Amino acid sequence: MIARNINQPLAVFLLLVLVTDVSAARIGEIIENDPWEQARRFFTFSDPGLRIGLSGALLFGATCGLLGSFIVVRKMALIGDAISHAVLPGVAMGFLWSMEKDPMAILAGATVAGLMGSLVVELIKRTTKIKQDAALGIVLASFFAVGLCMIRMIQNNDGASRITGLKSYLFGDVAVLDRQDVVTMTGVVTVTVMLVILLYRPLLIIGFDREFAHSIGLPVRLLDGLFQLFLTFAIVVALQAVGVVLVSALLITPAAAAYLLVNRMHHMLWVAAAIGMLSAVIGVFFSFLGSNLPTGPFMVLGASSVFLVAYLFAPRHGRVTRWFRHRSRRRDVSNENTLKSIYRIIEKGSADNDAGSVVKIESLAGERRVSKVDLFADLRRLRRVGAVEFVDQGGDVMLTEIGIQQARQVVRNHRLWELYLTNEADYASSHVHDDAEKIEHFLSEEKVAEIERQLDYPVVDPHGQPIPGRGEA
Amino acid sequence: MNFHRIFVEPWQSHAAHYWPVFAMALFVTVACALIGNYLVLRRISLIGDAISHSVLPGIAIAFMMTGSRSGAPMFVGALVAGVVATVIIEVLHSRSRLKQDAAIGITFSTFFAVGVILISIHGAHTDLDLDCVLFGKMDFLPGREPVFLGLPGVTVTMAALALCVGLLIIIFYKELLLSSFDPALAASMGINPRLVHYLLMAVLSVVVVGAFTSVGAILVIAMLILPAATSCMLSDRLWVMLILSVLHAFISSLGGVHIAVALQVPTAPASVVAGAGIFAIVWIVSPRQGLISLWLRNRRSDQVAEA
Repeated sequence: MIARNINQPLAVFLLLVLVTDVSAARIGEIIENDPWEQARRFFTFSDPGLRIGLSGALLFGATCGLLGSFIVVRKMALIGDAISHAVLPGVAMGFLWSMEKDPMAILAGATVAGLMGSLVVELIKRTTKIKQDAALGIVLASFFAVGLCMIRMIQNNDGASRITGLKSYLFGDVAVLDRQDVVTMTGVVTVTVMLVILLYRPLLIIGFDREFAHSIGLPVRLLDGLFQLFLTFAIVVALQAVGVVLVSALLITPAAAAYLLVNRMHHMLWVAAAIGMLSAVIGVFFSFLGSNLPTGPFMVLGASSVFLVAYLFAPRHGRVTRWFRHRSRRRDVSNENTLKSIYRIIEKGSADNDAGSVVKIESLAGERRVSKVDLFADLRRLRRVGAVEFVDQGGDVMLTEIGIQQARQVVRNHRLWELYLTNEADYASSHVHDDAEKIEHFLSEEKVAEIERQLDYPVVDPHGQPIPGRGEA
Repeated sequence: MNFHRIFVEPWQSHAAHYWPVFAMALFVTVACALIGNYLVLRRISLIGDAISHSVLPGIAIAFMMTGSRSGAPMFVGALVAGVVATVIIEVLHSRSRLKQDAAIGITFSTFFAVGVILISIHGAHTDLDLDCVLFGKMDFLPGREPVFLGLPGVTVTMAALALCVGLLIIIFYKELLLSSFDPALAASMGINPRLVHYLLMAVLSVVVVGAFTSVGAILVIAMLILPAATSCMLSDRLWVMLILSVLHAFISSLGGVHIAVALQVPTAPASVVAGAGIFAIVWIVSPRQGLISLWLRNRRSDQVAEA
């Protein structure tokens, strides 16, 4: 008993770490299938059902990515969620209509229900003082509850045979896709892509500035309606494979990842479509490894992992990339400050040898006001770029030719800026040091030349110290 | 005959079955309705949805560890998952270009997906399955031995929870009111609006987790919002709204039980359908914001314009 209690958390932990492995092992027990064998079958595309599932995944992944981009930039993410829940009664109605899985009837029913959902949201917002968030919540949950009741009634009447068909609409099952579904999808995707290409500019304008769109005479409400219609189509198309509950994630997450990766809308559209396809394929892969698991959650996790990678490593906005950028900038600043300190020690004539060029690490640490360890890190980096040379093991250093040039430049920037602030901006000379301390690292060559010209080529700064010239040795 | 089966029999021959179901529905909807008023007022209704989705992996893991659908471990698991999700939303929203809606959407769908996968791997033939997530299991509550007034333990707990929420609202009525309508004024009077917000979120998570067993993860948003939305069409005063939303909760849970009997569906979605029905009726006939009075007003102003 005790052993069992100890083992259970461990089992849960393993389950968390190795979700895929455990599920695969479980499937292996049932259908005697090796996960490696399944993976091999996946990558050789030998299974005809898999080929259909994959092409479907590619199609709706692309559609969701395309339309999701507009949703993310228009801050409509939760509207997508509401519509996707609202289609459920339509699915049930479509099912009742033909009493079997007829994709056209279900598509039609779901589209009508989705549009009714967004219509009711609009109506509530317009006629009452209920705000958008509550209106979305009302429609989402009420429609969903009606759909659940209808599904349960269908199940009661028809017994278990039809349950599997309907269940896939809730959490998604890519295995139920057949050739006819893929044909329907292809149609919807083609029309959606055409819509996005044809109406790209108006949709973009509406997305960013509705007032402006009105003022240049765009039919804003018509375009909004059209967009809602195609949004509903996209949701309905992805419904069987992803499920009502999670389909909105496939709209939001790939587009949000693309939003972090690129800056321009038309790039975002294609990147989002590609990420959508990738997420869908990841979902198909994992649910193929374990055939009785719902597909939708795996697609969502696929999209979320892509999003996480984008969040961390996006070239401009990624957290990790930014951290590295900041670190390298901090190091540059620190290096330049060390060079400057060496220069000033030499300038003051307090260098530690007769020729006046070698600086002891102790006096440098005193001048720089940092610990010897930090200073050593700076000096090693500076030696690597050839700016300083170590004279002996103890850490006494001297500047090389390159080092002298760099140090002069920083000191020059600093003193010119101090002079500029006192002369041109009327700062007191006692208040200019801190500002110059910051800006000295970021002044460009041209800016410095311009300041110098404006100050008529000065030779001393406000504190009476000489400003080193550019070319002097 | 049919009338008899739907409206009378539940309270005669099956009272022992339907009384606890109705009581559970009532306590869940009352607790949700009370706190829902503040969500609607503060325009953060969908936070309730996000929380109820995000706690799923915590609940699933706690269930796997203990094998039971009630009790403290589930609360702890749900609380941890909820807090982690909230932190992630905050980080995504404040440390990147993403807007809040997208951050919420991504986070809660990811958590929910993890929960669904855990449950479908582990819970195929157990007490916690995907049906429970969708429909709730109000009709099959665990621990059916009655402990008080013929009610099982979980129902009594839920009743206590609803009572606590009610008491908290009575005690902190002024603070909640002020910080919901005018955070700046509240702050100037020494009420910390952020603290109030976080306490509200904490109570909301407790209510959502308490309701999970009986209404699942998705329908709870209806129980939170429908009563408040209905009552805000009838009154402008917060205390009237609170009372009306409790009334809405009572009617919808009673109606839910009967709809469930009539259509043979689970009670949780049935009471949401009942609640939505009440909302629709009020929306149509409400004296000030109703569709009929709106139509009458429009017609009158048209006539005035013509005359």
